[in-house]
Amino acid sequence: MTTRQFGAPVQRREDPRLLTGGGRYLDDLGHTAYEAAFVRSPYAHARILEIDTDAAVDVDGVIAIYTHEDLPGAVGEPLPVLIPHPALTAARTGYPLAKGEVNHVGEAVVMVVATNRYVAEDAVDRIVVRYEQLPPVVGIENAREAAHLVHEDAPGNVSAHLVQEVGDVTSAMAGAPHTLTLELDIERSACMPMEGKGVYARWNSDDESLRVYSSTQTSTGVRACVAAKLDLPLAKVECIAPDVGGGFGVKIMHPWPEEVLVPWASRNLDHDVKWTEDRREHFISSAHERGQLQEVTVGFDDEGRMLALDVRFWHDNGAYTPYGIIVPIITATQLLGPYKPGSYRVEFFSLYTNTVLVTPYRGAGRPQGCFAMERTMDAIAAHLGIDRAEVRSRNFIQPDEMPYDHGLMFQDGRPLKYDSGDFPASLAKLKELVGWDDFADYRAQAEAEGRKVGLGIGCYVEGTGVGPYEGGHIQIETNGRVNVATGLTTQGQGHQTSLAQIVADELGVPIENVHVTTGDTRRMAYAVGTFASRAAVMSGNAVALAAKVVRAKALRIAADALEVSPEDLEIEDGVISVKGAPGSSIDLGTIAVMSNPLRYAFDEAAKKATQFAGTFDVEKPPIGDDDEPGLEGQDFYSPTQATFANGMHAAIVETDPVTAEIRILRYCVVHDCGNMINPLIVEGQVHGGVAQGVGGALYERMVYDESGQLLNASFMDFLMPYASEVPFIETDHLETPSPLNPLGIKGAGEAGTIPVTAVIASAIEDAEGFPITSMPISPPELWALRRAHARKDAS
Amino acid sequence: MPDTTTSSPISTTTSAVTAADLLADEMHDVTVTVNGVARSARVPARRLLSDFLRHDLRLTGTHVGCEHGVCGACTVLVDGSPTRACLMFAVQAQRHEITTVEGLGSTPETMNHVQRAFAECHGLQCGFCTPGFVTTITAYLEDHDDPTEDEARELISGNLCRCTGYQNIIKSVLRAAEIKREEITRDEGGRA
Ligand code: FES
Ligand code: FES
Repeated sequence: MTTRQFGAPVQRREDPRLLTGGGRYLDDLGHTAYEAAFVRSPYAHARILEIDTDAAVDVDGVIAIYTHEDLPGAVGEPLPVLIPHPALTAARTGYPLAKGEVNHVGEAVVMVVATNRYVAEDAVDRIVVRYEQLPPVVGIENAREAAHLVHEDAPGNVSAHLVQEVGDVTSAMAGAPHTLTLELDIERSACMPMEGKGVYARWNSDDESLRVYSSTQTSTGVRACVAAKLDLPLAKVECIAPDVGGGFGVKIMHPWPEEVLVPWASRNLDHDVKWTEDRREHFISSAHERGQLQEVTVGFDDEGRMLALDVRFWHDNGAYTPYGIIVPIITATQLLGPYKPGSYRVEFFSLYTNTVLVTPYRGAGRPQGCFAMERTMDAIAAHLGIDRAEVRSRNFIQPDEMPYDHGLMFQDGRPLKYDSGDFPASLAKLKELVGWDDFADYRAQAEAEGRKVGLGIGCYVEGTGVGPYEGGHIQIETNGRVNVATGLTTQGQGHQTSLAQIVADELGVPIENVHVTTGDTRRMAYAVGTFASRAAVMSGNAVALAAKVVRAKALRIAADALEVSPEDLEIEDGVISVKGAPGSSIDLGTIAVMSNPLRYAFDEAAKKATQFAGTFDVEKPPIGDDDEPGLEGQDFYSPTQATFANGMHAAIVETDPVTAEIRILRYCVVHDCGNMINPLIVEGQVHGGVAQGVGGALYERMVYDESGQLLNASFMDFLMPYASEVPFIETDHLETPSPLNPLGIKGAGEAGTIPVTAVIASAIEDAEGFPITSMPISPPELWALRRAHARKDAS
Repeated sequence: MPDTTTSSPISTTTSAVTAADLLADEMHDVTVTVNGVARSARVPARRLLSDFLRHDLRLTGTHVGCEHGVCGACTVLVDGSPTRACLMFAVQAQRHEITTVEGLGSTPETMNHVQRAFAECHGLQCGFCTPGFVTTITAYLEDHDDPTEDEARELISGNLCRCTGYQNIIKSVLRAAEIKREEITRDEGGRA
């Protein structure tokens, strides 16, 4: 009896390999490859006057040294603007190696290829670059003032300006009984996967083909860019994402300069070339996210219902905009969360600064939007003296209003239309979980002991599983092994398990027989990538569709062989049998043999498919008109819109009355991602997301000085949470199936991260009794706020 | 007036190779016992133990997340003690016994109690940090057979993981201790 896998907490199938040192991450490949290192700009903004490589050329083991001048054709042109948008009027991208000017510390200027990384770094140390420093633009205020420009031809440092409005905000605001304005500030952080980026390229001069391995979230994207840059036929380029040690967004950006340069150098030198990013490089030459200044004005009635919401924000996009304005667009749209704003106007300016570029980091603009909205909810509650959960529930979209169209355009260029969700039910669960109604007693007790505690809350809605599509390909071998391929990549989400669960169910085979490959363009050339919590939704449904195709084919062949109709057949444990007559059966491996008429028998089983085996009808061609050989099939899943997951978090924090140290005592999560394929994996995603959220709320920030130096570019100084900083996470789930896809699933990857900053701000505000408007917050900052408020109260 | 600045600290007029560089490049024959087997290679003095294991011996289970001693991904056991392989030179490992994650169990069938507990408790996601946790925890459980949850949290607080939020790693520590106790009871039962 095959037990249903979908929904079961199946142990991950990739784990034994990863636990025993069998993982193959980028730097585990290519031990004999040449290795690359880069001279990177030490200045945030400068003109390059001269590059002197003489002293480096003689270093023993140096193979090649390249500057921009050496890059031919498209390799030397600016990197692509991946996501153009009509509002992105001043898109700028860098060159693989800087051409004349550098715009952030860490920008690549010279590439060295040597016999190994030690030697390559020796050579880098000996290269002398003369710069003329230009005034750097650092921080959103400076960018906005625009006393200096990052790009001469991007006036006001503005890359994009976008306004969206639904309803008449001006008159709704004028008519509102109450209005409030909040000024908010949220700082930069970064994905910081434990494995940095890396590229390994193998040019084969014999057949003029190129194999590229990249620690990427999109192997099809990298492949297309490399082929275009190197002017190679697509068929001559293959790209593989090996095991990837975490992504969280930074590896969806592509092509990174190194993803163009390493393959190009490999072809140029006719030798394998590898580049493995070190931690400092990751800090100063990959991407950051989050930094925004926000101004929110809200109009509401006596009950706390929003009538008008007017938001302006300024988004720091760093030095270049290769990933377009996806992050601020998501902030602008997902800010609304589970609420009806009455009328809504949102305006943003995306601004250039001489800092590392900004591309999506887990949550991708949503943590900022959630922060703005949830700070506003708390402000309304405080203003009217209403319970904070109550204010939220009064503004909720109700279950009977689903699907709910906000009238805005989402990040996929399609309507922001929620498909499903039961927000009142989620809130009820959360209040129960955290003990919302008993908190007053708890606080009184704590106060009696001289302790300060606070309760915080945050709600969000997350558009997940955006298109355009993903595909699934399934092939069953003659021994019954089921090979599944999907094109998007894996960075720890457990796709080898969750996708196998889906296929095992659809095909009726044991999960042990199912083997999933992701992110390999040799196996699936059409794909988009892993981002926006889309893998389970997109590839989950794609492999389910592909399994249906293969199942239908298997039943058709079996029906012929057993001389019954396909409807009378069932598949269990990899064996097709006639319902009610288990005696007449045939296993899938045998069907695979029969599906491929052979001239040559390669093994015992294959003999049955050869021409003299007498197993076929001489009246029919070996392969029917609209048939194909092999027990395999593929299909693609392409939805009309995103599906919307949601969740609500609450936390209890304690702030030390003397030192202002902030401790999270409890952290509760209620999460609704539709039907869960594997609750074990979903829990894990939530835990990891919350931990990153805690980092963003209390510890992590990118400290740039006024000259644009990143002062904390190491794990010593950038405070990523250890186990000692992450609270125990209590979870509860709601499963509101998405009506948009056959499996009823929604994405779960980013959920944990989104509301954490808002929740912690809310809890600290509750503990301290004054507004928290700027995050992350450190004990010294909280201490300073206390002093400022005490002074204000005293005067 | 804009500044004109030269970035490299090394002047172009001197020959840039110093005595220290020469020493760093000097080749040494190193013999180290790794996972119970004596392994030899000829390496420059500056070769990090992490690179020696990964690239000379091709034991790529030991990972490198920072190369400055903070993340713990490179943790191996040196004579049984958790040690950061990125902070040690291969030449320093001479005459020492190194155990990497491969030495704790290199196939699904031979996984040790910690590796098995991680698989049961979903203690890993991308798996990049995992070998450093597994080596650290294995060493600790050698002389702590029943840690509390707080002790488990403390134990793993020197290693960074960006994926799991640590909760399931803590669970894995407790489960690993349990598996180990069960194994001991079983062995003793078998002998009795
Ligand atoms: S790589 Fe050794 S501690 Fe991070
Ligand atoms: S599992 Fe990915 S860093 Fe720990």
